Amino acid sequence: METILVQVFNGLISGAFYALLSLGLAIIFGMLHVVNFMHGALYMLGAFAAYLLGVQLGVSFWWALIIAPLAVGAVGFVLERTLLRWLYNLDVLYNLLLTFGLTLVIQDAMRLRFGVQGVPYSIPAQLRGAVPIGFMFFPTYRLFVLGFSILICLGVWWLIERTRVGMIIRASTENPALTRALGVDVDRWIPLVFAFGVGLAGLAGVLAAPMRNISPLMGSDLIITTFAIVVIGGMGSIFGSVVTGFLVGVISALGAVYYPPAANTLVFVLMAFVLLLRPSGLFGSPEAG
Amino acid sequence: MKRWGALICALAIVLGLWGPASGQGTVKLMHGKVVLGVINDQSGVYADITGKNGAEAVRMAAEDFVKKYGPNAVGGPIEVISADHQNKPDLGASKAAEFYDRNNANAIIDVPTSSVAIAVANVAGQKKRVLMVVGGATTAVTNANCNKYTFHWAYDTYMLANGTGTEVTKRIGKKWYILYPNYAYGQDMNRTFSTAIQKSGGKVMLSDPTPFPNETEDFSTFMIKARTLRPGGVNVLGAMQAGQDLVNLVKQFNEFGLRQQGINLAIGLLFISDIHSLTPAALEGTLFTTPWEWTLDKESREWADRFMARTKVRPSFTQAGNYSAAWQYLEAVRRAGTDDADKVVAALEGYKFSDFFAHNAEVRKQDHAVIKDAYVAQVKGPSEVKEPWDYVKFVSKIPANEAFQPLSENLCNMAKR
Repeated sequence: METILVQVFNGLISGAFYALLSLGLAIIFGMLHVVNFMHGALYMLGAFAAYLLGVQLGVSFWWALIIAPLAVGAVGFVLERTLLRWLYNLDVLYNLLLTFGLTLVIQDAMRLRFGVQGVPYSIPAQLRGAVPIGFMFFPTYRLFVLGFSILICLGVWWLIERTRVGMIIRASTENPALTRALGVDVDRWIPLVFAFGVGLAGLAGVLAAPMRNISPLMGSDLIITTFAIVVIGGMGSIFGSVVTGFLVGVISALGAVYYPPAANTLVFVLMAFVLLLRPSGLFGSPEAG
Repeated sequence: MKRWGALICALAIVLGLWGPASGQGTVKLMHGKVVLGVINDQSGVYADITGKNGAEAVRMAAEDFVKKYGPNAVGGPIEVISADHQNKPDLGASKAAEFYDRNNANAIIDVPTSSVAIAVANVAGQKKRVLMVVGGATTAVTNANCNKYTFHWAYDTYMLANGTGTEVTKRIGKKWYILYPNYAYGQDMNRTFSTAIQKSGGKVMLSDPTPFPNETEDFSTFMIKARTLRPGGVNVLGAMQAGQDLVNLVKQFNEFGLRQQGINLAIGLLFISDIHSLTPAALEGTLFTTPWEWTLDKESREWADRFMARTKVRPSFTQAGNYSAAWQYLEAVRRAGTDDADKVVAALEGYKFSDFFAHNAEVRKQDHAVIKDAYVAQVKGPSEVKEPWDYVKFVSKIPANEAFQPLSENLCNMAKR
């Protein structure tokens, strides 16, 4: 029983990563209908930004947590303005191909510069060690990641559901033409929303830097699982992507305890089941699917 | 100045061509030159372990060979070509066939990633042309998949398990929890380690396969499991992962503070580039087995310095092994007086040598395993590191005849004859 409790808790932490990543994907898909295959590569750039800031410039982890997502967001902004914007009126396949191609370019550029083996980055001094959480000692840094991700997810939810900016974004998602007719400059918001979504990927990258290997390939492995989560949650559903992110984290942690070979496949089993029963995903509206 | 240099160079070349052939001068080549083909991973997870610099090591061997024996060292020029197999067995096999058939490659060198090494060994056997596996670890190339033309130069899973499994069980702890990546290499490592641990009085409490490649990058579940294993708990976590997966695993091992809980880390296969990217602090005290490290002795250091001047990094043992394999192949061509594959194989079989990489080495005739001294090594603590890339200290030497699989256990059909 204790083991299950610990593993469920531990699963929530890998779930936190999925939640942050799929949240960004869901926002980008929800508003722009862009299937952003670059998301994993931008997550990787976030981790490298933390490394460059920390190891080369001596900037602390806390500043990296602010600067790196902004930098990744800026990269996203530029890519959106220069490349993606030309494809909005075409079939969704075109932006999938473009973002996939950009992923390869970004990955190879990083590989040429840093090699494949990865670069070192350690846990910030204030978060080292472990603290008691009732049933066991748990690494402090992991607890921080969990708390911080939940805060960010709540913050984004608040921003989108409760503020004027959020209202505009939601309106532009539901019906861009009508929103435009009401005098909102929808096009001004598009690159900002894109930058915000990829900024979240950058943030996840910074959080990953101390506990995972920082290498050019780190995002490419994660992206498939993240897409599966977005599909399970319902394409474009912000709430769905966050909840499913945590859910998948817990399921794969439990899977790894009881039958390790299945750990990575469970998410796809879940996807198959959900799509059979609810073709538009757990929290998706039928037309978004 | 520049023009003078060019002039002298030109003169030297012309005189070199006119002058009497140095060296033996009796080597007969079938195509007028010796072609060495390097096939390895130049873009994926093992690119830093061998990759482009692995091919560079072979190029270096060819140049040094000509420097030592003169331009006519093997009866003609030595050409080095290389290709990326992307860790795909089918791609590796078709590249090998192309190198042998179209480029007239005399020998193919390196071929890391066990599955690809097995595929290329089959091609070498069919085409009756030499293959020297350096980067590939599986014992299959000298056992069930052995053939007359394939040699295994640097290390194998038996050597790793025998060294680390035995030594760690005797010195550090008897109760193991093994984590292995779920593919040919990992399964092989799990088997050989379990045997070695049991033989030396230890016990494998549990072994779990982990996904390969591990898409979620997460090993935390296993770290918690290691701590909560009952009854009696474990005192050694044996990690058989390599490259990126290994780095992830070690980071999380430290994060969960397993060492402070009395669980030690043993690593099946550790490359210097892994230590470099994790930093010695993360791996301090970890035991592993290796055929060579650049700090092994004076000769090795000298070679590593020259390698670093060309590549800007310190060599891994596979890169050093590539140099050794290329060099010994060329020596064998000189001994055979021809590049005819059957005669070169005969010149290699049973050959005893020592170079900077392989000490007390013998090319075993029966299975073509190159047996040589191996070393149990330990990762230094940060305070012991005296210079960049100086991460390893040697704990003990395993003599050549104990380090590798005894012939009595060998499954190779050549050994049984």
